[in-house]
Amino acid sequence: MSVPTDVQDRERFEARHPALPGDSPLSGEPATATSSSHGGGAAVPADNEQVQPGPFGRQRRIAPSRIVIYLLMICVLLVFTVPIYWMFSSALKPNSDVYSWPIKWFSMHPTMENFIDAMRTAPFGRFFINSVVTSVVGTALELTFAIMSAYAFAFIRVPLKNFLFMLMLGSMMLPGHVTLLVNYITISRMHLLNTWAGIILPGLGSAFAMFLLYQQMRQVSTEIIEAAVIDGAGHLRRLMQVVLPICRPMVITAGLITFMGKWNEYVWPLIVTSTADMRTLPIGLKFLQSQEGYTNWGAVMAGSVMVAAPMLIVFFIAQKQIVGGISAGALKG
Amino acid sequence: MFSILILPNLAMILTFSYWPTLYNAFFSLTDWDFVQPSPIWVGLKNYVDLFQDSEFYLVLRNTAVFTFFTVIVTIIGGLAIAMLLAQRTKISGLARTMTFAPHMIPGAVVGILWMFMFDPQYGLSRWAFALFGQSSPQWTATSKWSLWAIIIAYSWQRLGFVAIIYYCAILDLPAEVFEAARMDGARGWRLFRHMTYPLLHPVTYFLLITGIIASAQAFDIIATLTEGGPGVSSATLTWMVYQKAFIDFDIGSAAAQSMVLFVILMIVTVIQVRVGSKKVDE
Repeated sequence: MSVPTDVQDRERFEARHPALPGDSPLSGEPATATSSSHGGGAAVPADNEQVQPGPFGRQRRIAPSRIVIYLLMICVLLVFTVPIYWMFSSALKPNSDVYSWPIKWFSMHPTMENFIDAMRTAPFGRFFINSVVTSVVGTALELTFAIMSAYAFAFIRVPLKNFLFMLMLGSMMLPGHVTLLVNYITISRMHLLNTWAGIILPGLGSAFAMFLLYQQMRQVSTEIIEAAVIDGAGHLRRLMQVVLPICRPMVITAGLITFMGKWNEYVWPLIVTSTADMRTLPIGLKFLQSQEGYTNWGAVMAGSVMVAAPMLIVFFIAQKQIVGGISAGALKG
Repeated sequence: MFSILILPNLAMILTFSYWPTLYNAFFSLTDWDFVQPSPIWVGLKNYVDLFQDSEFYLVLRNTAVFTFFTVIVTIIGGLAIAMLLAQRTKISGLARTMTFAPHMIPGAVVGILWMFMFDPQYGLSRWAFALFGQSSPQWTATSKWSLWAIIIAYSWQRLGFVAIIYYCAILDLPAEVFEAARMDGARGWRLFRHMTYPLLHPVTYFLLITGIIASAQAFDIIATLTEGGPGVSSATLTWMVYQKAFIDFDIGSAAAQSMVLFVILMIVTVIQVRVGSKKVDE
């Protein structure tokens, strides 16, 4: 019952497609695997001939199907970009442009007024500190726990290991809302309601990050580990000096995904905090909207930008690691 | 050594995942409001009440409709977008980045951004409907549209995730097999129908399960966009658990509803695992 479906799924996947590059040395590093196979281009199963870099492909470059592909690609781009652009542009518009009809796609008079307004209405600096502290501390702790348990499962043989592994992974299948009530009561009995510790504590158990790291650690060659054992290295030194350096890319990826989850978390900080000065950014945003009135869109969009921008910046910098990790969790899991 | 290494993680998982689930099952058999000194045992009363409440059936229906449409839209749309992204053009990289960007934004922002988009007076919805000479529906203020509003906003955010998973899976497909198929004259739609699509079955299957589980638990977009309203027109089970527990302080009923959610998700998982293992045996 506690068998995680994605593990089974992957096993089935591999059983049916033994030829897949899942066992190749590249699969250890999803980020590079993705980029290199894309760069190579050979693996792209394009369903039309023109895009294949074959000997005859080059001359027929401006085929009609090529134009259709570009048009469709632009449509996709617009679907995802326009709402985000709309958020940023509205945040920078003076009120007269926010409420104008016909719609103003560009404003001639960009202003920071909405940001000042939003900061005056809600303690955004405080929200930001709360979000940073709980996300950073929470991620550091969860990642440490995940690394420790992933190492134990990958390198130490003990009875009942499989059972414990399944028990921990199985927790991913328990819907968060089932645990909400009792966790609230537990945290309140610990007198941690409305504190940073209360926000952080229930999220520290790690199944997904542990699983990602476990998968990566299993790929560390046994010779390296044995060499370390011969050198007289204990488990702690083996973990710190041998395994971690090799798995660094995956540690970063797992850290980023964990951080993202905590930064975006909504329901738990919402119920565990009760005063404005303890809210995190996503909940602070809803607070801002209730204070500003539901249609003061300029200020509300300025608030939205302040909540979304840090995550978008992280994404644009570390896109490869994040996408690589998420797809590794889904496909290689 | 082994136990020291796994202890912190295991302790956290037992304390904040398994124990609450068990204790929650107990709460579902009691009456409590956080204030009384202790919960009062009422047996199955909360469940009986739920299944006699027409509102509860409405919530179940909403959950089913929301889950069905968000999963279908994101899987079909995500696969189509992934096939497109796998084409090498000058803007593919940019399109890939922007497709995934909504997934990085907190759900609360997505909910509030779409509330603005849906604003019938100042939002882009008015502009979009004006193109066809129509006026925008009152998306979040009428029970006719509110469920569709959260379906659209949620799908918009999830599409990029599904598309990128499909995209990575497509890149992983064995190139030789495609070469062979192309030699045999398979092109375009036929190549997709008979080669790409079947090869992606395991991924589709994975996205289907995780999609159902994620949709049935969607919360932040609903909480920011419609708060389940008007009435319960856009309330799903997850929203009702929150509302019953932390707005109405009806702990027993909230616990019972979360157990219903838990059982439904367990049934879905068991069916999927069964169906999945049958497929492998064939």
